[in-house]
Amino acid sequence: MKARILLAAAASVAVSFAAPAFAGATFDAVKARGSITCGVNSGVAGFSAPDSKGEWTGIDVDLCKAVAAALFGDASKVKYVGLTAQQRFTALQSGEIDVLSRNTTGTLTRDTSLGLNFVGVNFYDGQGFMVPKKLNVKSAKELGGATVCVQPGTTTELNLADYFRANKMDFKPVVIEKLEEVIAAFFSGRCDVYTTDASGLASTRATSAPNPDDYVILPELISKEPLGPMVRHGDDQWFDLVKWSLYAMIEAEENGIDSKNLDEMLKSTNPVVQRILGVNGDMGKALGVDNKWAYNIIKTVGNYGESYERNVGSGSKLKIPRNLNNLWTKGGLQYAWPVR
Amino acid sequence: MSAVTAGSPKSMFDSGVLGWLRNRVFSSVPNAIISMLIVWLAVMTVPAAFDWLVTSSVVHADGTRECRAIDNGACWALIVEKHRLILFGLYPYDEQWRPLIVVGLFLALIGISCSRRFWNLSLIPIWIVGIVAIATMMWGGVLGMTFVPNERWGGLPLTLILSVFGMAFAFPLAILLALGRRSKLPVVKAICVTYIELIRGVPLISLLFMASVMFPLFLPDGMNIDKLLRAQIAIIMFAAAYQAEVIRGGLQSLPKGQYEAADALGLGYWQKTGFIILPQALRIVIPPMVNSLIAMFKDTSLVVIIGLYDLMNAAKASFVDPAWRGASMEAYVFVASIYFVFCFFMSKYSQSLEAGFARAEKR
Repeated sequence: MKARILLAAAASVAVSFAAPAFAGATFDAVKARGSITCGVNSGVAGFSAPDSKGEWTGIDVDLCKAVAAALFGDASKVKYVGLTAQQRFTALQSGEIDVLSRNTTGTLTRDTSLGLNFVGVNFYDGQGFMVPKKLNVKSAKELGGATVCVQPGTTTELNLADYFRANKMDFKPVVIEKLEEVIAAFFSGRCDVYTTDASGLASTRATSAPNPDDYVILPELISKEPLGPMVRHGDDQWFDLVKWSLYAMIEAEENGIDSKNLDEMLKSTNPVVQRILGVNGDMGKALGVDNKWAYNIIKTVGNYGESYERNVGSGSKLKIPRNLNNLWTKGGLQYAWPVR
Repeated sequence: MSAVTAGSPKSMFDSGVLGWLRNRVFSSVPNAIISMLIVWLAVMTVPAAFDWLVTSSVVHADGTRECRAIDNGACWALIVEKHRLILFGLYPYDEQWRPLIVVGLFLALIGISCSRRFWNLSLIPIWIVGIVAIATMMWGGVLGMTFVPNERWGGLPLTLILSVFGMAFAFPLAILLALGRRSKLPVVKAICVTYIELIRGVPLISLLFMASVMFPLFLPDGMNIDKLLRAQIAIIMFAAAYQAEVIRGGLQSLPKGQYEAADALGLGYWQKTGFIILPQALRIVIPPMVNSLIAMFKDTSLVVIIGLYDLMNAAKASFVDPAWRGASMEAYVFVASIYFVFCFFMSKYSQSLEAGFARAEKR
């Protein structure tokens, strides 16, 4: 019994009081606490997963680091909470985490009735198709009568059926629950087509295909999956900080600022660059943080392109092409509002 | 077969290897068929398994692809690369000697608790010291050790914390529940019966879900209880209900005479319970308790669903890495062998206890 009293004492250490959700409260509470609590996926390669040393890495993790760098000038001031799909919204609603950066699709209901705000998009995804090159298929419209490997899921299977029905084509689904098995089934030739999110297709091809060049990902995307960070309703200042931490990374890439040329860029005469890096103007002050906020983000995390290539792009094993995630100036959708 | 052997005189076939074979393996036609089937299965599977596990396995490689290019057996290189992630989860890499010591402390605590010499009140201070030492090593923040928040705990120490503390803290609660269920006070009895049946009526996984998904919404705004603590409490509540029923079994198995004798001596309820009933009842239930500890130890792997990095979830995280995709079997075999070693020794211990009690009964 004494041991239980001791546990209760130890427990009181673990019970913490986070900010109640009213205006400015999250921002102030995070600042007072000295660290950000960031909800991430407990394991999706490239987005958020622990590496061999148990350190979190990924494009979603980089966003948490960016917010910490903007607020504290130190990207390490983040507490990560690994979350499952069921837990993620509760964790944010209840205040257990300050920001949810967990490859979550923004939708109308999530943005409204869940009491959450979708901040921006750090990865544009969508459901696509992969086929062996030898089938000589150039477009998803030619897939009539195909056998399709698919994992049972909330929307993947549904989107597939909708797409084929809308285009008046037949297909034979091969539904397999486990990721490894569905991949094995596709590469062994049990189905003609494999469908899942485009990021998943690219990484599967790069890591699991016997020969990646033997497979092509078709150009059509049949669903929209804008993935990005979310915060609670009720603290607009906090919302702004998370949003502009993401935008700073995108804006830096657009203006050619990266972690390597950062200190040279401080001498730049371009007023846009000067404003971003805090040489000129009070952009940081408007956000309630140091004017060097964007400088700190780029210094520790890099710009959006660097983060992308390092985690999911050419610098990683996943080798997912930029496509929609390219800058708007290069044919993609990544478009940050101007820092001014 | 018996027709052939019935009339034959005693020969070399009645003893030695052949005798053993005839008596045990081919004693009747159905037995012979089953034996042959087992031998056939073993011939089919054992060499292939051995080949996969040992002969064709690859120990040094930079990824699954390279492994598969070298040989088609198990890719143990995954374990070489990721064993610290699997064993200690997200605990800071340079501080991982601390959870290693914690595992040692746990083994010592369990070892001491298993020894009959310590089956008395001295266990309480030993456990208090043990818990304080484990908490100090895990959290740190004193003696020059850096503070490690419990979001970063993981791997084997976390599995041990959840299961061993789960059982240990459930134990006193379970005694009260078992006594309460047999109480003559209707309110106490009703509360205990409701609690036990309610908890036993739902699976652990739903309790964990309640603790991690629903419970935070009921708390007042801004108040948070640590995720690990919530899971630990759910496991304690679950284990207590099951242990209470085990203990009740022990209470009921005592002869009525023991209760009546205690009453005749004029002992009060707590004296009777503390001096006469519980010591005997608890002794009886130790083997089934060890049994439920084995179940609990494996059940803790369900915390995967609430995102805690216990041994199982850390193993899953090890092959998320794109370089090691496809090596899931190796990771699972590795953690399965860890679970097996723990469960095997617990079950051996339980058997030896039962044998000991059986001897004591005969005397």
